Amino acid sequence: MKLQKATLFALFSVLELARDPERQMSAAEIADIYGISVNHLAKVLRDLGRAGLVEAVRGVGGGYRFCGNARRTSLYDVIDLFGDIVTDASEMPGPAGETDIARALGRVLTEIDEIAVATLKSISLATLLKSLPRPERRLAATH
Amino acid sequence: MLNQNPFTHDRADPAPAAPRIRDARADDMAAVEEIDSRITGLAKPDYWADAFARYGRRDDRWFLVAETGGRVIGFIVGERRAWEFGSPPCGWIFAIGVAPDCRLAGVGSQLFEAICERMRAGGVETVRTMLALDDALNMAFFRSQGMMGGSFIQLEMPLDAGTGR
Repeated sequence: MKLQKATLFALFSVLELARDPERQMSAAEIADIYGISVNHLAKVLRDLGRAGLVEAVRGVGGGYRFCGNARRTSLYDVIDLFGDIVTDASEMPGPAGETDIARALGRVLTEIDEIAVATLKSISLATLLKSLPRPERRLAATH
Repeated sequence: MLNQNPFTHDRADPAPAAPRIRDARADDMAAVEEIDSRITGLAKPDYWADAFARYGRRDDRWFLVAETGGRVIGFIVGERRAWEFGSPPCGWIFAIGVAPDCRLAGVGSQLFEAICERMRAGGVETVRTMLALDDALNMAFFRSQGMMGGSFIQLEMPLDAGTGR
């Protein structure tokens, strides 16, 4: 599975902020950690704000902070905000879709999709953060 | 739909139930069956009576319950199995349930930790379970305990029409 840039940036920023919901980070700080475009990330953060996962904090030292529920938000929930889940892989375009081989291939792709979606739905932000090696979690707290 | 907010916080967690985890007894089965039927919508008294006969207080088999204030509020069942599917000895958890009104208080986690501790004491190094793909609740629970996709994959096929067998 390959995620679009916006989806990946959303996961990076939501998880980075959810590590410590009290912490505020600017788009530039997050972009710097992950080596990504700050302009692109700023748009993603606005989308995450509209979804209620992060909130903008104004003023000196402002930025974004996590305001969702890390235990009840799955990786799938974040990915789905950006429409990046393909669930119609079994539908082949054009005349090929009418062939027995395309339909058989479609069943295999559907099987893969179903496993991927179930996996993404089962992993909450809190569960993923819990799986980080301990030294990284300590480092994260010093950012 | 980015203008919706499905990520609201949970309702306030109930007060910690502080349950005692112990081996199941035959007279717990009515409560176990009641919890299971509330969760699944299916009453299976014969199944639970048989499950206790097979898994209650036996070597390498564990049937535990969580009890608080004299009430059974959860259960977990598992066993040690060896060499099926070429697998070295490992623990299997095949049933867990917590009364819906007692969730979000760590009861499932305590049951899980308790059965893992008993398995560990019995020499088990890996614990497994199997879930329906659409069983998001239990899959998220086991993930939150640290379980991940393992080295086996389950395959199946219908034996009726369409397979040519």
